[in-house]
Formats: sequence, C-alpha cells, structure tokens
Amino acid sequence: MAFNVRKHTGGVLVIEVDGQLIVGNRQELKQRVLDALEAGDRRFLIDFTRTGYIDSSGLGVLVSLSKKIRDEGGDLRLAGLNEDLKTLFELTKLDTLFAITDSPEQALAAF
Amino acid sequence: MRLAVQPELSALDPLRQAEGLEAEMRLNLPSDIRLVEDAVDVVARHLEASFVDRHTIRFNLRVALSEALVNAILYGNAEDDAKGVGVRVLFGRHAIEMEVTDEGGGFDYRDIPDPTLPANRLRPAGRGLFLIRQLVDEVRFNDTGNSICMILRRA
Repeated sequence: MAFNVRKHTGGVLVIEVDGQLIVGNRQELKQRVLDALEAGDRRFLIDFTRTGYIDSSGLGVLVSLSKKIRDEGGDLRLAGLNEDLKTLFELTKLDTLFAITDSPEQALAAF
Repeated sequence: MRLAVQPELSALDPLRQAEGLEAEMRLNLPSDIRLVEDAVDVVARHLEASFVDRHTIRFNLRVALSEALVNAILYGNAEDDAKGVGVRVLFGRHAIEMEVTDEGGGFDYRDIPDPTLPANRLRPAGRGLFLIRQLVDEVRFNDTGNSICMILRRA
C-alpha cells in the first residue's frame, strides 16, 4: 500500500494510489498533497488505476483536498476508478463534485 | 497488521436454518483500525465459498463490514485498547446477517444527516453509515445504538 508521486511533463503532480485509500493511510495522502500545494504545485491528478478500495474516510479526504486545492486556485482530477469505486462516488453523489476520467491520460490531456 | 484471532465457526439451530442461515462465525477484535482489513478478509474468505453471489461478498459485504468496524473502533470505542469489537456473522447460500457490536455508549442512528444533500456534500465525514444503508438490504440497530446488524439477501 503506497503512494507513488511523480511530476508529469506538463507540470501536473500525479499521485498513484497503490492498493487502498482508507482510514489507515488517508492522512499520508492528505499531507503529501498539502506539502505540494505549499511548495507551489497547483495541478493534481490522483490515479486510482491500481486501487482496489476507497473507504468513506478516503472519500472524505478527497473532498477536503478538493476544497483546499480549489481555494488556492488549483485543479484536482481523478482517474482510473474501477466499476465498484465509481459506484461509491455515484452513491455518495461525489461524482458531481470531481472531474473524473476513465484513464490518467485523458485527465492529463484535459488540464 | 495481521489479525491474531481466528474465527469460531458453528452450525445454527433449525429455526435460523429455516431462514436460510446455516452457520455462524464469531470474531473478537481489539480496537485497532489496522486490523479492519484483515478481519474483513477473514469473513469474506469464509463466505465466498458458500454464498451465491461472489460480487456481493467482494463489494457490498466488504464495504459495509469495513465501514461498520471503523465506526465501532473510532467512534464507538474511541480506539480504547481496553475495549473490543464483536463480529457475529450468520450465513447461508442466499442470506448473510452481520452484527458488529462495540463497547461504547451508542449513538442516535436516526439523526444522521444525508451526505448527498448539496449542503452536506463538501463535508469530509458522515458517509460511512450512508454507504452501509445503500449497499445492504436491511440495517437494524439495538436500542443502545452500539450494535448494528446488516443483512444481505440474494436469490
């Protein structure tokens, strides 16, 4: 279970969530994004291609990060959600709050 | 972190068997959120072989049981090491009844704001119980509000 962070050529900070985004690791993701925001990054893509599960705490962290990034004039996009994860976003109506694309490539092209 | 406790398995009485619930599994967890994933895996693994729909186990059961355990540990027991969480799962081929009980004082389960309302959508918390209600067929609480019973049925 890990977060792989890399800077894409277009200046977008890409964070891959490998495994799960849950109550036990959500603070680590939050801190990484907040540190990057503090360091001047404004465009973020969280890639869930290799993510099996996001719990309600994980959804909560995404909501809170989306607000902070927007407050700083930035942009957060999500990509690579499997069908079950998409269902969680739809049930909670968070699909209306986030810019979600099927693949990270689509998200990067949309920045 | 691996769960040290193994589940206790037993057969159910004829009355429950008539409701399609054939066996019972019990687990007791210390109040440590690092054990949630493992506890859910243990339950899911046992039920996958016998339940009619594998996706219900892998998605609905997994999400509902994880959320209930996290609620019990974080809010019910306030992560107090001295308090445990009891899991009792009754199961058959077409029905599952999962009960998660903590040692806290309970909460008012009738007074939970709808997280999908526009006014609540930006709140960082408050989606756990909502997801449980969406993903299982029936939810019941005991009077104290420290025990949740989640029921899944598939034809």
